[in-house]
Amino acid sequence: MLKFLFKGLIRDRSRSLFPILTVAIGVTLSVFLYSYLNGFMSDMIKSSAHYNTGHVRIMSQAYAQESNQNPNDLALIGIDTLIQNIQKTYPEMIWTPRIKLGGLIDIPDANGETRIQGPVSGMAIDLFSESSPEKRLLNIKEAIVSGELPKNHNEILIADDFAKRLKVAPGDTATLLSSTMYGSMAMTNIIIAGTVRFGIAALDRGAIMADISDIQIALDMDDTAGEILGFFPDDNFYEEKAYQITDSFNKKYKNPEDQFSPIMGALPDEAGLKDYMAIMDVAAYFIVGIFLLAMAIVLWNAGLMGSLRRYGEMGVRLAVGEEKGHIYKTLILESIMIGIIGSFVGTVIGLIPAYLMQIYGLDLSFLFENSTMMISGVLHAQVTPTTMFIGFIPGILATVFGTAIAGIGIYKRETAQLFKELEV
Amino acid sequence: MINKLIFTLIVFSTIVFSQTQSADEILKKVDANTFSDSQIGTSKMIIHGRRGSRTVEAKSWQKGTDDSFTEYLAPAREKGTKMLKLGDQLWTYTPSTDRTILISGHMLRQPVMGSDLSYEDMMEDPLLQNMYTAEIVGEDTVINRQVWVLDLKSKKDNIAYDSRKIWVDKERNIILKEDLYAKSGKLLKQVLIHEVMKASGRWVAKNITYKDMLKDGDGTEMIIEEVEFDKKIPSYILSKASLRR
Repeated sequence: MLKFLFKGLIRDRSRSLFPILTVAIGVTLSVFLYSYLNGFMSDMIKSSAHYNTGHVRIMSQAYAQESNQNPNDLALIGIDTLIQNIQKTYPEMIWTPRIKLGGLIDIPDANGETRIQGPVSGMAIDLFSESSPEKRLLNIKEAIVSGELPKNHNEILIADDFAKRLKVAPGDTATLLSSTMYGSMAMTNIIIAGTVRFGIAALDRGAIMADISDIQIALDMDDTAGEILGFFPDDNFYEEKAYQITDSFNKKYKNPEDQFSPIMGALPDEAGLKDYMAIMDVAAYFIVGIFLLAMAIVLWNAGLMGSLRRYGEMGVRLAVGEEKGHIYKTLILESIMIGIIGSFVGTVIGLIPAYLMQIYGLDLSFLFENSTMMISGVLHAQVTPTTMFIGFIPGILATVFGTAIAGIGIYKRETAQLFKELEV
Repeated sequence: MINKLIFTLIVFSTIVFSQTQSADEILKKVDANTFSDSQIGTSKMIIHGRRGSRTVEAKSWQKGTDDSFTEYLAPAREKGTKMLKLGDQLWTYTPSTDRTILISGHMLRQPVMGSDLSYEDMMEDPLLQNMYTAEIVGEDTVINRQVWVLDLKSKKDNIAYDSRKIWVDKERNIILKEDLYAKSGKLLKQVLIHEVMKASGRWVAKNITYKDMLKDGDGTEMIIEEVEFDKKIPSYILSKASLRR
């Protein structure tokens, strides 16, 4: 019977073409939007993890309470021992210390006096160790616009836009003004080794990167760091595992009586992404629901139109004794076939722009020029195994719903009236 | 009845007028006690942070209300750091960088050596009459001294503290307590004088606690160890060249 119904659909294009087109368009949009949301969330998680919180983050309890202000006076002391211990306890993670700092960068004139200054946000990372994951995580080599990676102490990288504004180039010297962890003014001479483009507006406006050992000396933070970040080796975030590690760490190290004892938090809480992530989980179903509803209404309407056009056909089938339920069943089977074909076509078409956006990205950095969010200005989509079948849910359900509602009319036909109707 | 009302009004206006007069007079006397042609002193600043206390020692030279020079003497990390204020500009020098740097913008709001005082506080005109209008709001007792309580309201827009409440020793014309407020009415800083001393014929605060109300910690204690007024200051000291000397 399926073959018979399929042939009917192919031969009578007015029965199949419009519904398949409707389903294909809806599914294309569903697939693309789903991929885009996946990509957006994935970009946001990666940017937040790499530049801000890691997959898990260890701070002192006092620092954690004011972490958005980078309070280095509340930083973790004794990090070397702590890192050694957590490397043994949680070998499944990569651990790296960081210091974030704020201050001023001062560029001297020929006489050594202030030529120009700019407020700066700094990130001190492990640039020199062979085992450090930082260069890979922050994609530093690829981000260099001019100059090179720091090779010697007191060499830094500076955001390219910021360097242009300050009119400095690799090889120039500058002075970094900040505060030591005890609050005193810290002044350190630095050499610009290279300029970088972070791709994140908040950093490109005025950020520098330096080796953590230099900043520890400059800010009087020997064996101290603001944060220790932990990353999963494949750079993917595993929520359940991350929370298991944070629970285990906090049971062992957190001391409610000591505000300087360490505390660990996982990325969703640390980056304030918990609600976003929950919304995004629901958003996929929301998108499917919207398209399901819209397509069901359109296809219901199409079904009604089809029923009118096939009024005579239904009448004859009923008149020759075909069961109403059987006719209804064949209509539903037809709709499932239309749904499958439309969803397949829509998924294939939707995957093309999604793949292109996954590989090349869509540069909307001009929209984020004044943004303070840790998000890349180039938006990417992400195609996952779910993307392959997500479109089939609204595609098939909408055609079935639409036909099921439109087909109810069959049951309203009175058999006694049929011959009278067919004579007309 | 009308006569009574007129009499009451006259008495009330006289009281208000006389209080305004006295408030201005008090402020004038406070400024006169503060102002000197020059001032040379050594001080100790004990900064009580969340992780403990540390002491910073400094020697300062001040000429009039505009120019001053400070050299930090201790601890070792701060030794040799110098600050020069000329008018509305502030420079700093550290021997480790051998650089003279202008402090400007948001850096002015940063704490001086991690204390509860900001560079902006250092830049302020010390003469209250130039910046505020005063009103007497009461009398009180502070460190066993009878004081006037004055509310000060800023005359200008670009002032770090929009209003202040000061407690002024009635006899010695020195401020013994001070609350500093933002435009919103939020208390930003509190200054408490614990001990005063007489130097060159004027009363000077010897032991002061500054408390930044937006910061944790127990504030910054300032101890004036030595102060001399109206001494001649060589002109080279208040110049940029002295930063590198």
